[in-house]
Amino acid sequence: MTERDRIVIVGAGHNGLVCAATLARASREVVVLEAASQVGGAAVTREFAKGFRVSGCAHLSFLLDTGIARELKLASHGLKWAHSGLKTVALAQAGDHLVLNGGKLESGTLSEGDRKALAAYHARMRKFACVLAKQHNRMPPRLGGGGRSDVVGAARLGLDIRLLGRDDMREFLRIAGINIYDVLEELFESPLLKGALGLDAVLGANLGPRSNNSVLALLHRLSGQLQRADGFSIPEGGMGAISEALAGAARAAGATIRTGSPVARITLEGDRVSGVELEGGEKIAAGTVVSNADPARTLLQLLGARHLETGFVHRVRHFRNKGMSAKLHLALEALPSFSRLPAELAGERLVISPDLVYLEHAFDHAKHGQCSPDPALEITIPSLHDKTLAPAGKHVLSAIVQYAPFDDRASGDGPRRELLARTLGVLDRHAPGLRRQVVASELLLPADIEREFRITGGHWHHGELALDQLMMMRPVPGAAQYAMPVGGLFLCGAGCHPGGGVMGSAGRNAANAVLATERPA
Amino acid sequence: MSIKDEMNRKEHFRKAVWETPFHPRTAALNTLNEWHRWKDYTTADAYFDEALEYAAIRNACAVFDLTPMTKHLISGPDALAFLNRLVTRDVAKIKPGKVGYCVWCDDNGQVIDDGTIFHLREGVYRLCSQERQLDWLTRSAYGFDVTIVEDTHDVAGLALQGPTSCAVLKAIGCEGAETMKPFDIRYFPFAGGELMVSRTGFTGDLGYELWIDPPRALELWDALFEKGKIHGIRPMGTHALEVARIEAGFIQAQVDFHPADQAIMLDRSRSPLELDLAWLVDFNKPVFNGRRALLEEKKKGSRFRFVKLDVEGNKPARSAYIYDKDKNVVGTVTSAEWSPSAKANIAYASMHMPWGRPGDELWAEIYYQRELKWSRVMARCRVVEGAFWDPPRKRATPAQDF
Repeated sequence: MTERDRIVIVGAGHNGLVCAATLARASREVVVLEAASQVGGAAVTREFAKGFRVSGCAHLSFLLDTGIARELKLASHGLKWAHSGLKTVALAQAGDHLVLNGGKLESGTLSEGDRKALAAYHARMRKFACVLAKQHNRMPPRLGGGGRSDVVGAARLGLDIRLLGRDDMREFLRIAGINIYDVLEELFESPLLKGALGLDAVLGANLGPRSNNSVLALLHRLSGQLQRADGFSIPEGGMGAISEALAGAARAAGATIRTGSPVARITLEGDRVSGVELEGGEKIAAGTVVSNADPARTLLQLLGARHLETGFVHRVRHFRNKGMSAKLHLALEALPSFSRLPAELAGERLVISPDLVYLEHAFDHAKHGQCSPDPALEITIPSLHDKTLAPAGKHVLSAIVQYAPFDDRASGDGPRRELLARTLGVLDRHAPGLRRQVVASELLLPADIEREFRITGGHWHHGELALDQLMMMRPVPGAAQYAMPVGGLFLCGAGCHPGGGVMGSAGRNAANAVLATERPA
Repeated sequence: MSIKDEMNRKEHFRKAVWETPFHPRTAALNTLNEWHRWKDYTTADAYFDEALEYAAIRNACAVFDLTPMTKHLISGPDALAFLNRLVTRDVAKIKPGKVGYCVWCDDNGQVIDDGTIFHLREGVYRLCSQERQLDWLTRSAYGFDVTIVEDTHDVAGLALQGPTSCAVLKAIGCEGAETMKPFDIRYFPFAGGELMVSRTGFTGDLGYELWIDPPRALELWDALFEKGKIHGIRPMGTHALEVARIEAGFIQAQVDFHPADQAIMLDRSRSPLELDLAWLVDFNKPVFNGRRALLEEKKKGSRFRFVKLDVEGNKPARSAYIYDKDKNVVGTVTSAEWSPSAKANIAYASMHMPWGRPGDELWAEIYYQRELKWSRVMARCRVVEGAFWDPPRKRATPAQDF
């Protein structure tokens, strides 16, 4: 093989690893270059205090494409599930919690109307999410492309929506672009139920429940759960275990993975990529460079705006990529006790979002550049399912803290300390005494996530999941088919269709795009 | 001074349309009192007789106030790289002290505007454009270490065009001006300051453009008209210039092409290849705005062809449809005039491909009015190559006095 046949993948996030494995399985010479000392990107397990390990960014698996897991034989590469099918517990301060399992209420108080509406809502949203799920493994059509595959692609999307049937299609088109607040207010009575369901629509997003696109963000979140009967899962060893298994699959297929090798720039020869240069100065020649880094980092930093055209650069610069979620890790000397919550439920997915007004209020502060005074939380205590994460008898708590803006006014030690105190205050209200059980803590603000995981803007999905940034417009029109305008350069991360979450589809689709554009042998 | 300060100084809120620094003189000479608004400056259509003003361009010399021309000063370590990414031609070939004509495109290879790049001093450029471009230039500057200042208001400009223009220049003290080659820039001491002269113009004749600080503008005007008197100097308005520029083969934004950033319908804009400007596109540059789209166009073929037409008869074919021999509309005239110098009825037309090849049988449908009665004539058109008016004195160096 010549250097021109070599494929360099920048970044060993889960998508980069899926892409590497897929290309290596197609007998390509693949070199993956990862800046961090371990693979996984934002799907990693990190020791944040001595003896305490936790999933560093994403902490639940519910989107991983089952086809990819099967194809890459992740089980044989060591992936085991510590616990699957987590229920959702909507915590109430007074103790009248709701325990939800899919569309079913397992315990708690809901009116008869709410119970029925919940089952119908669950079924309908799953059906709608199915429309999105069908697109995940397809190359989005090119806007204005007019080629056969573009027309067929657009027609298939239209057909998928039409096949919902008349009533569901109308409802889908009615709600897909609107906000979750209006939808939930229309259907339910219980503030606690609405608060918990609303949180699902805004987790990880730069959206409040009253923001448009929140329904779409929810459907994206649900789209990965459809094929998984087991719903939310926790891998043994944390989310890093998924990445390790993917890396194992890639290596087994012949890919080389180099950690601690940060790429400084993508090099060009004429109007084609010629390889990459590492921060240490080492040059690696390659005819194809696939970047798992976010679009802004790949195109504006590693490649450089001057090698791209003005209009394209303008669109990339305005790809909305500001994160809104912080990540809290607590090392606890004992299992916290949530008010009137049976101990066996502490290992489920616990949410603190008592009502939609609370949630919107939390967002109001963040959109003005401050962390929420009373944040909403999604909490897991993975050490209940996986004893390897904490010393015996002790526990780790992992929580997504909504909202913390990517903003200078809300970054750095001061705001971090304040948000930590606020978040512990919220937790302590629901689990009195929890504050005193904390032996160590770590709170990652979006600016910290940007630095730690090299994601511009600190957004988990590399960029907002919204109508104007999805499918044939993700990350930007003109570059939504994984191939970038510069010859031989591809994107394979969450900034591409079908977006973020530990799914792997973007990586595999990108690999297919690389294989499809290769010159005939 | 910033544009904002300058606007405040001019009290723009009291006056929507500004006067150029030459206004005291141009107003006094404008016996017809005919003006129009050009980029928020008042500009003379004609001063005393547009036919005689045109005659001065071709037989003596004429002065045109081009201060309203949009100007940008571009400097900084990446100025060249920035310009090379912006425009389609290779700016590295425009050496210090030279001027180059250029066009720039959007990502789709559609022309946003045309203009001239003045390489003032090593690494310092002035870009003159027909349309306002600061927004596009600023947007294009992302990722470049470059400073862009719109200095339209800080530079007063005059075009001095015609066979006796060099003689006049020498008479006002521009010693050695005759040795300037076409597209040369030279600096001369003038009135205790500096006069920048470029051998450029919009008339296709021997001619120069003169650039000076606004406070010295009137002194320059007075010197030209005093020393130029025996050389037949006249002021000229835009009507006379329009005839000269069509004879010379120059296209104009908003007339011969619709700027791409203002086009709403997809087929309203044009690529450089569709404006007969392929010679300005250098595909050897690895990147410039529109490169990929233009490569694609080269492969797939253009939609339009821009041609010059010699039209039968003497009635200008303004806005005429062009037909083939089967009476199908195959193009539209964008500019047309009777050319007094070429003694021909000339026109530019945008043709649908493949029409407009030399030898094609084409007909212009011309409407004209005599004593309020409309008539129509179908005039045979011949595709011509090269400018309609291209006298050797345009290029001759040293320039002659005449």
